[in-house]
Amino acid sequence: MRFFLLALVVGGAVVGDLLKTLAIRQHAAVEDFRPGALGRRLGLAFRTRRLWLSLAAYALSFFAFLGLLSVAEVSFAVPATAASYAIETALAKWILGETVSRQRWAGAGVVAAGVALISV
Amino acid sequence: MKTTICLLVVVATNTAGNLLLGYGMRQVGSIASWSPLELAVSAVRAMANPYVAGGVALLIVFFLAHMIALSRADLSYVLPVTSGGYILVALLGWGLLGETVRPARWIGIAVIVAGMTLVARTPASTVAGRAR
Repeated sequence: MRFFLLALVVGGAVVGDLLKTLAIRQHAAVEDFRPGALGRRLGLAFRTRRLWLSLAAYALSFFAFLGLLSVAEVSFAVPATAASYAIETALAKWILGETVSRQRWAGAGVVAAGVALISV
Repeated sequence: MKTTICLLVVVATNTAGNLLLGYGMRQVGSIASWSPLELAVSAVRAMANPYVAGGVALLIVFFLAHMIALSRADLSYVLPVTSGGYILVALLGWGLLGETVRPARWIGIAVIVAGMTLVARTPASTVAGRAR
């Protein structure tokens, strides 16, 4: 049960981040930080289905995390979710077309190890 | 520079929002039932608490700042670089709440800083047409 919930926690967060990134990148990068322009730019993203699907994925991840905490120790739950760093880095390369250098891979791996260490 | 400010806002609002939410929820008490009606009643009751309401407001700002950051920088850059929140929570717990930080946690903080530094030294955006 706890591995199923863990898969939902990590999967929801990964899918949420990917869909949110795809939604905001349907238009050019945010350059104008005046409130009106910023509001209009973010409004464009909120008119995409991807953004609302990303919110649903985050909600699934959040409630699965609450469920996970009810069946597993925090010392299992938090370090295990550090796996999302590796998964998201790989998907950012394959789906979003980002260039992930060896240095970035190493950095993401080191951060994941630190997150796991901080919460055991 | 603008991307760096966005990332700082992401870390600050996420950390402060979660801390306020946690503090407020401890005052509100645990959720008694998971039925949809009970959950809705609990949510309304929780939102009446100023700490919970403040936490939710900060997390909305976090969500928007995270979107802006992702429009300007790679997801594979934003994710590790914004893990500074873990450090901030540990330091605030130690400095403000007087919590004991175990040696493994200090080592974890040092490891996260090392990883963040490695990623921060790569270009923020590698996707054509995105701001650097």
